[in-house]
Amino acid sequence: MQLAPLTIDAVRSAVQERRTTAFALAEAHYARIEKEDGQIGAFLTLCKERALEQADRIDRMAAEGKPLPPLGGVPVGIKDVMSTRGVRTTAGSKILGSYIPPYDCTAVVRLEGAGAVVLGKTNCDEFAMGSSNENSAFRPVRNPRDLTRVPGGSSGGSAAAVAAEMAVVALGSDTGGSIRQPASFCGVVGLMPTYGRVSRYGLIAFASSLDHIGPLTRTVKDAAIVLRTIAGRDPMDSTSADVPVPDYVVELEKSARGLRLGVAEEYFGDGLDDEVRHAVESAIDKLKSLGCEIVPVSLPHTPYAIPTYYLIATAEASSNLARYDGVRYSYRAAGVKSLSEMYRRSRDEGFGAEVKRRIMLGTYALSAGYYDAYYLKAQKVRTLLTRDFEEAFSKVDAIVTPTSPTAAFRLGEKSNDPLAMYLADIYTVTADLAGIPGISVPCGQTREKLPIGLQILGKHFDESTILRVAHAYEQAA
Amino acid sequence: MKVTEKDVTYVADLANLELSAAERAGMVCDLNSILGYIDRLNQLDTSNVEPMAQVLERYGVDDSKHDSDRFAYAHREDVVEGLRRSLPQELALENAPDADGTFFRVPKVIER
Repeated sequence: MQLAPLTIDAVRSAVQERRTTAFALAEAHYARIEKEDGQIGAFLTLCKERALEQADRIDRMAAEGKPLPPLGGVPVGIKDVMSTRGVRTTAGSKILGSYIPPYDCTAVVRLEGAGAVVLGKTNCDEFAMGSSNENSAFRPVRNPRDLTRVPGGSSGGSAAAVAAEMAVVALGSDTGGSIRQPASFCGVVGLMPTYGRVSRYGLIAFASSLDHIGPLTRTVKDAAIVLRTIAGRDPMDSTSADVPVPDYVVELEKSARGLRLGVAEEYFGDGLDDEVRHAVESAIDKLKSLGCEIVPVSLPHTPYAIPTYYLIATAEASSNLARYDGVRYSYRAAGVKSLSEMYRRSRDEGFGAEVKRRIMLGTYALSAGYYDAYYLKAQKVRTLLTRDFEEAFSKVDAIVTPTSPTAAFRLGEKSNDPLAMYLADIYTVTADLAGIPGISVPCGQTREKLPIGLQILGKHFDESTILRVAHAYEQAA
Repeated sequence: MKVTEKDVTYVADLANLELSAAERAGMVCDLNSILGYIDRLNQLDTSNVEPMAQVLERYGVDDSKHDSDRFAYAHREDVVEGLRRSLPQELALENAPDADGTFFRVPKVIER
């Protein structure tokens, strides 16, 4: 069957009205994965049995004339940092290469509860550490728009799967930009909700105060539907907030007229590619023509965001990854004679170079004598960065920026220079540090036809406003 | 603060990472380069700034209470299976590289 670019509502109504079946759709997506994914590398594991059983369940409901749940029959990909019971979950790492979780991530439970058909687990940078999906222990992901280029990271597999129509929706995770940046590189929508909006139960932890789960979709409305499904308090995650979940789909249809949008000079300085600048400025003009008021704001501590992030994230990661020690989670180095040798060799063999680098940096930053100078200092700067946003949000409803300083770079271009790779996150890390929500929407392309992303940042728990702005722009563009 | 090979060896020990000589040398370069960049944080005066460990202090935290009572939202009754059933033992051991049906088996912990 022909697969036109599908949305959640298109799938659900087609299945409800028996114009197609969830089963046929799942099979069509698997056929497409079989045909295209050899080149792209978006999926690490497929779970056909689980998918087709779910599809059958949905088809039976449709056959009995029962109303389908909001994501009935929708094929989805799940980033391999989220645990799926009985289905191999690797976090993109050899150290979990044969790990089969005994439980499901809450976000996955909620998606499947809403009728979604989980096709498989998408490729990602190892332990979500990376901005290009070149750090996967298995194979890199290639950008479907240009196979010589990266899809972005760390949710590169999820972004590529949606962009290449191998899934209608995918879940990703964002710690320093890992949903928004690949969305921008691949030309899809990527939403990072407020910290605590979506439960992290079942998300393999990288940095516990910075990790977020969120959707990658083709349209802003689809992102709103997914958010409405996965958001909300979960007693299994004590950091999940007890804040009511609005109907984001109703909210996003409201007009954006009269909203005040902040433009921060710090996000439009040196290092921003000219074509990206031009596309984002045009998008801001478009928003102005829709009745938004453009207000200059300042986020003066922005230049300190990357060092702050790379201290806090690596420190938290060094703690979270201590559990991979050869004892419980499937991988142990062969022939070890002592406990110490088991720990050291299992970790040395199981972890890739970037993961080791970050564990080292984090351990150093927390070690005796350096804790105050590094980790504590970074936590204080984090307060300053958050205050910048609070100050700006007293004047505006949302802030618009480029998602990334460039469009997708080539595979191998930055992989020899860790610092250069880190600097690619410059516009995204601030939101993770402050815990505010952010969305990236496509806003044009470069001369070489590479997608460019517009980022909209909002106040804590105000996903409604950023969805409204994003939707208004998307409909008008 | 320049990182030396001795520092790298010490930190690798703390992190339980077995680094090869080549990896150690590479790590000295990488850490110095990254820490050199991070040094710019010292341009900021943070003497009167509170550190931020938690993002969501204000959502759920009950400031009318004191100490750990403030975080009552994250508590539950201390009863067996208060949140849900515990993982059965066989399931918990399924990913074990080595187990004896009851415990995870590892090399000798206490060496004499």
